[in-house]
Amino acid sequence: MLELTVKGSKKYFGWMALVLGVIGIGFCVYVWQLISGLQITGMSRDVSWGFYIAQLTFLVGVAASAVMLVIPHYLHNYKAFGRITILGEFLAIASVTMCLLFVIVDLGQPMRLFNVILHPTPGSVLFWDMVVLNGYLFLNLIIGWNVLEAERNQVPPPGWVKPLIYLSVPWAVSIHTVTAFLYCGLPGRGYWLTAILAPRFLSSAFAAGPSLLVLLCLLIRKISKFDPGKEQIQSLAKIITYAIILNVFFFFCELFVVFYSQIPEHMDHFKYLFTGLHGHGVLVPWMWASLGLMIFSIIMLVIPSVRKNETTLAIACIAVFAGTWIDKGMGMISGGFVPNPLHHVNEYVPTVPELVITIGVYGIGVLILTALFKMAISIKEEVAA
Amino acid sequence: MPRQMYDKGKIVAGLVIFVIIATFPFWYNIGKAAPAPELKLTDKAKAEKECVMSVTDMKAGHMQLLDEWRDEVVRSANRLYVNSKGKSFNMSLSNTCLDCHSNKADFCDKCHDYASVRPYCWDCHIDNPKATEEAKE
Amino acid sequence: MESNRRKFLKVAGISALGIAGAKPVLNAFASEQEEEAQHADVEIRKNEKALTARQWAMVIDTRKLQSEEDLKPIIEACHKTHNVPDVMDTENAEYDEDNQRHVIKWIWEEEYKHAFPTKSTEFLDDRLKNLPFLVLCNHCENPPCVRVCPTKATFKREDGIVLMDFHRCIGCRFCMAACPYGSRSFNFRDPREFIKDEDRNPEFPTRMKGVVEKCNFCAERLAVGKQPACVEASNGAIAFGDLYDPESEVRQLLKSNYTIRRKQGLGTGPAIYYIV
Repeated sequence: MLELTVKGSKKYFGWMALVLGVIGIGFCVYVWQLISGLQITGMSRDVSWGFYIAQLTFLVGVAASAVMLVIPHYLHNYKAFGRITILGEFLAIASVTMCLLFVIVDLGQPMRLFNVILHPTPGSVLFWDMVVLNGYLFLNLIIGWNVLEAERNQVPPPGWVKPLIYLSVPWAVSIHTVTAFLYCGLPGRGYWLTAILAPRFLSSAFAAGPSLLVLLCLLIRKISKFDPGKEQIQSLAKIITYAIILNVFFFFCELFVVFYSQIPEHMDHFKYLFTGLHGHGVLVPWMWASLGLMIFSIIMLVIPSVRKNETTLAIACIAVFAGTWIDKGMGMISGGFVPNPLHHVNEYVPTVPELVITIGVYGIGVLILTALFKMAISIKEEVAA
Repeated sequence: MPRQMYDKGKIVAGLVIFVIIATFPFWYNIGKAAPAPELKLTDKAKAEKECVMSVTDMKAGHMQLLDEWRDEVVRSANRLYVNSKGKSFNMSLSNTCLDCHSNKADFCDKCHDYASVRPYCWDCHIDNPKATEEAKE
Repeated sequence: MESNRRKFLKVAGISALGIAGAKPVLNAFASEQEEEAQHADVEIRKNEKALTARQWAMVIDTRKLQSEEDLKPIIEACHKTHNVPDVMDTENAEYDEDNQRHVIKWIWEEEYKHAFPTKSTEFLDDRLKNLPFLVLCNHCENPPCVRVCPTKATFKREDGIVLMDFHRCIGCRFCMAACPYGSRSFNFRDPREFIKDEDRNPEFPTRMKGVVEKCNFCAERLAVGKQPACVEASNGAIAFGDLYDPESEVRQLLKSNYTIRRKQGLGTGPAIYYIV
């Protein structure tokens, strides 16, 4: 099936070349980071995780959201999703790959990565994160590949794939739960120290991932002969609506607990993010934008006529994606580190090299996603013809 | 089934290019093999006559020995090594090994360069054993 | 000890196979046996003078440390002994104000409200308000940093010291997120640029870029029967001893003085006690 990824229009190859160029630039900057160390990033003694780990967190969510297609399709026998489940699974593959790459670019000594396997430490959540992310990658590769191949040959997928599909459902939940556990089990970090962190992560994931998928479906319809389907997009829209409402609801639960209890170690982080603390507040406009975008999207999505119009739906999806991305990709990590455990306020702003490396990793994700989607769509077109 | 090779030219050309690239290190280095380096010992090392282990053991296994030492010292807090002859040593690359072998360039580097290995011990452990000597006096 | 010896023999055996190289396999086995005979009585153990404890602990008497001037020699002694780079050295060619982000400290001073943010109050007495506090790794009895490390590069030693194995650290910085005391520093860059050759302690290694570091309770000094460098430099203001030895100096001090610990409520069991 891979041969389908090297056959295509000039536009396809032009796009791939562009993406490869971006990856190349990112790689060059990464080599620079390898030589001079993480000093070229904006991270510091106080904010020791930054943009890389934030992107990892966000993308684990996008990867996990494939389960929002798998559950209706395989557990509720919702046939309509049969058309696009593969897109969700391939999106998951691209996202998990990016996640793993973001872990690697964040390491101070990446060549010692194998130590995690040489000295396995089941007590460390990071060890489990590695296990579940790799497991999820392989599950989706095996499932996606076999289901697509069966579709191409117009036969039902082999029977042994079914148990793997069922396994992928709790596995998807586990990847984002474990990612939340990285943060919420740390004693001195009031912003993360909350049992609702994993549910919040999952709800924002199940909004962001399907939003991206809706946008991708609309794009696919435009540039290929394959139509993911009106009904499919509408079903996704309903999933997004529930998920983003839940996400904002969970956020308000958190706000209530923090501000009604008035415990300073928990409040200070929210104050830093939404009002600024001791004169520091680079993230304040971003956090309000995030909250505004999420509430705006809820208003749009709950109105049936707006949701059913694909143009306005696309706008709502962009709002959901941007809002959840700012929340997780910018606020979630910095917010936990500022103020620091000694209550000093030292802010974090990513540097240009850091952003270029980040874009490079996203480039690799886009490259994988394009190739996999090209493969899937070609087969869909082939079968339809 | 007809036995025919499609795109014969392309395949053969591809194979030739592959073989050339895969064997690049061999023909690139042809005739460049350096003679095995001769080790220089410091006077102090000569006077000692024997290292922690016998010379052959040290030659073949000093890296394993150092690996064992570092785990023992750092992780188990054992810092004393008593060899089969009953002689005891402080297990320390900086303070024991490099004390005798204070000529890193002639002792360590020569062989490592020859074997094309680049251990990064000296990123942390003193890179200038001469300075070590002076500081002690 | 036994298992260590076995491990060593294994290693020696493997290296013996290595020596054999092109020799016939039979020969190789013979030389392996020779090796075993030679290494049978190798012994790896502690120095006789080494100090041991169940849980090392420290009592800092802030009554004896009145001013910055009192703390300075203590901090200097530690940082010199352990080759801690001074990235804020204005004389260094690499100096930049922005280096503040990459500062490395094992032991340093904080105001009361930062050392004890949960115990701080607006109406603090003047002495405490202006008193500089020494802070360092707490060598917790229940350390969160050890819990989160994915490679056991940071681990709790038998004697309670929370130690870093710089050889094993992959630089993921999970421990820095986990430490509720901000006791850990990361080498964002090569530290050697900031250690002057003449200041370097040749008996202690430096670090390389990309690893986390922190106070090691002078494990290397305890191993030869010496007290930690900061204790030695403190003129009796810092006491060091076994928390579980009722006769130890720290226990005597704890018995007769009211002490506080940093963020005790988190359950980490910090082993640094402060007499205020």
